[in-house]
Amino acid sequence: MNESDQATAAEPRHEDLVDERLVRWYFLAALLYLGVSMTGGLLMALQLVHWNPLNGIEIFSPGRWRFIHTNAVAYGFLANAFLGMLHWTVPRLTLHRVGSVKLSYFIFGAWQVIVLSTAAAFIVGPTLQAQPWVANLTASLQIPFSLGAQGIEWGETPFWIDPVALLGLVLVGVNFMVPIAKAKGPLYVTLWYFMAMFVWTPLTYAMGNFLPEYMVPGVNAGAVGGLFIHDLVGLFVTPLGWGMMYYIVPILLKKPIWSHGLSLVGFWGLAFFYPLQGIHHFLYTPIPMFLQYHAVISTIAVEFVVATVVINFIGTLWGDGRMIVTNLPLRWFYTGMIYYFITCFQCALQVTLTFQKLIHFTDWVVGHAHLVMFGVFSMWIFGFMTYLFPRLLNRPWYSRNLCEWHFWLSASGVFIMFLDLGLAGVFQGYYWAALFPWDVSVNGSQPFWVVRVFAGLMMFGGFLCFVYNLWKTYRGYAPAAATAPAPAVAPA
Amino acid sequence: MFESKGGVLFLAGVGFFVLAFLFNGVIPMLMFRDMPEQTAEQVVNPRLMYQFTELSRRYPESFRTAFGEPTEENCAQALRLGRQVYLGEGCWHCHSQFVRPVSNESLRFGEVSQPIEYQNELQRPVMFGTRRVGPDLSRQGGRHANDWHAVHFFRPKTLLPDSPMPEYPWLFEGDPSKPNQRGLALITYVQWLGSWLDSYPYYEELQDFEREDDL
Repeated sequence: MNESDQATAAEPRHEDLVDERLVRWYFLAALLYLGVSMTGGLLMALQLVHWNPLNGIEIFSPGRWRFIHTNAVAYGFLANAFLGMLHWTVPRLTLHRVGSVKLSYFIFGAWQVIVLSTAAAFIVGPTLQAQPWVANLTASLQIPFSLGAQGIEWGETPFWIDPVALLGLVLVGVNFMVPIAKAKGPLYVTLWYFMAMFVWTPLTYAMGNFLPEYMVPGVNAGAVGGLFIHDLVGLFVTPLGWGMMYYIVPILLKKPIWSHGLSLVGFWGLAFFYPLQGIHHFLYTPIPMFLQYHAVISTIAVEFVVATVVINFIGTLWGDGRMIVTNLPLRWFYTGMIYYFITCFQCALQVTLTFQKLIHFTDWVVGHAHLVMFGVFSMWIFGFMTYLFPRLLNRPWYSRNLCEWHFWLSASGVFIMFLDLGLAGVFQGYYWAALFPWDVSVNGSQPFWVVRVFAGLMMFGGFLCFVYNLWKTYRGYAPAAATAPAPAVAPA
Repeated sequence: MFESKGGVLFLAGVGFFVLAFLFNGVIPMLMFRDMPEQTAEQVVNPRLMYQFTELSRRYPESFRTAFGEPTEENCAQALRLGRQVYLGEGCWHCHSQFVRPVSNESLRFGEVSQPIEYQNELQRPVMFGTRRVGPDLSRQGGRHANDWHAVHFFRPKTLLPDSPMPEYPWLFEGDPSKPNQRGLALITYVQWLGSWLDSYPYYEELQDFEREDDL
């Protein structure tokens, strides 16, 4: 943000910068997909405890809904919510509109088509796979064409949607780089993260979705796939999440980030160390061992970087700790950040080969993944939505109590799930290493899996509170004129 | 540089990404460049052909409709389709396909996995897997008979009452004795896993089919 710029030019009006309708649409689409994803998660949790009422019905197969569960979170919920967030923050930080509002609407529509056709392909694709023309194509090109999911975790988007999705990601970058390019002077931290993400995400997407499918076979594809899973979290979701944190926390606390130096360390440390770690998802595979060691060491290194970022935000909060109680969005952000620190600390331990012997392939990893994706990034998004919806709808929340319920059910539900699955993982690891019959590990997991169902239901319950509250806020009472006007532009 | 657009876009954005790709992608590519990738036809082996032929005799009508004769070419086709079923049904999210050198895994499953085992068309993209709700499958070939697999896919609890594995009745025409094309392909694929190893388990006597018919 350039001080002299603001002093000389008249500050542009909020209405001219931000298309609020688009932000609303993105948020509503995100919430819809989150509901779908949670339903998929519930279906699998019920399957594991032998309570799945839909067992044996092809279109509700838990295997196929596993794809929907993860992909609806990554590309439905997180991508849509973050795009909504970008449409609010980037114009307000740069004081320029996005490249083209028409393009924004086109991207919105195209992205929903991509997400929905991906979901349709997961459900219908495997049924249609046994067609002669698919077999002929596969045999002649010697590339396995799967009409349903592609064989890369988190990159299951079918091969025929990949090019379109990649184009969409490039267009997103172009559309938001226009206002950033127009901004003069040094850029605020948030924009470093966003700018890097506009480069990283298309590169990551192209690497993960095209190389293992068409270019590199076998173990090598495993290395690239590991890098893809890792980069998708680290170079797509994480920079958006932290960019959002650097944007919103100073606004809520009404003071600048504690240390600019630590902000620099955090960004550049993440950028350097994070992408180096991909192979740590496949330790003890036939991938060459020296590459595995290198992934382990850089993972431990990045935890020090994470510590600097967390210290920076604690330093920012220092003296205003009381606001965690009173200010709900702030509470979402700082709880998410504590969970972030826990997952990252856990990472530094579980990435070591000693831990890997025991916990790899177990529910420990599943607990870890839920704490990252739900406990951190989804909770930050909930915080941002809790902050923004009253401004987008021009009226306060229908019920503060429901907001509290949303917070407590989500925050405690995911933490119970994390502890429960972590413990389950330790049990499973020892059952396996002790060479018990396989059934022992499955039956021994049942108590943990039952607890997991209820932890998941808590998270689902919190989500329903939020949706009901939003519905009532939207419909419940006539818009009081400017109860919560949009705050002044240029926060940093 | 550290706060400029150029620095963020080109050093952090492109530069560090490419650096990481060199370590995680290019180095393995160079290391494995002399290990040629085999096609599905090339990985068909006599043990797998035994199981494939057995399928054709056990389920003659289903087999004829799906694959015709039990030739090597048709076996390769079945492997390709079987892998797609394995992929599309999400088998790889609960079953891994690599045996680690730790945690007594070689005692439970068999030989520790080697890079060469994955240099083929059917591991594109590789089916390592990240979670084991069920056991590792990379040494599964030959451990169970074809009809065991058929019943197990149709309704796992029939054979393993405690198994949380979902049922796959759509791989059959209403009955475990009538697997359809996808069902036969998936059984072929599972019987292929590990069939290339010297440690292949001969749990079932591999009888000569012709002699059996004479008796």
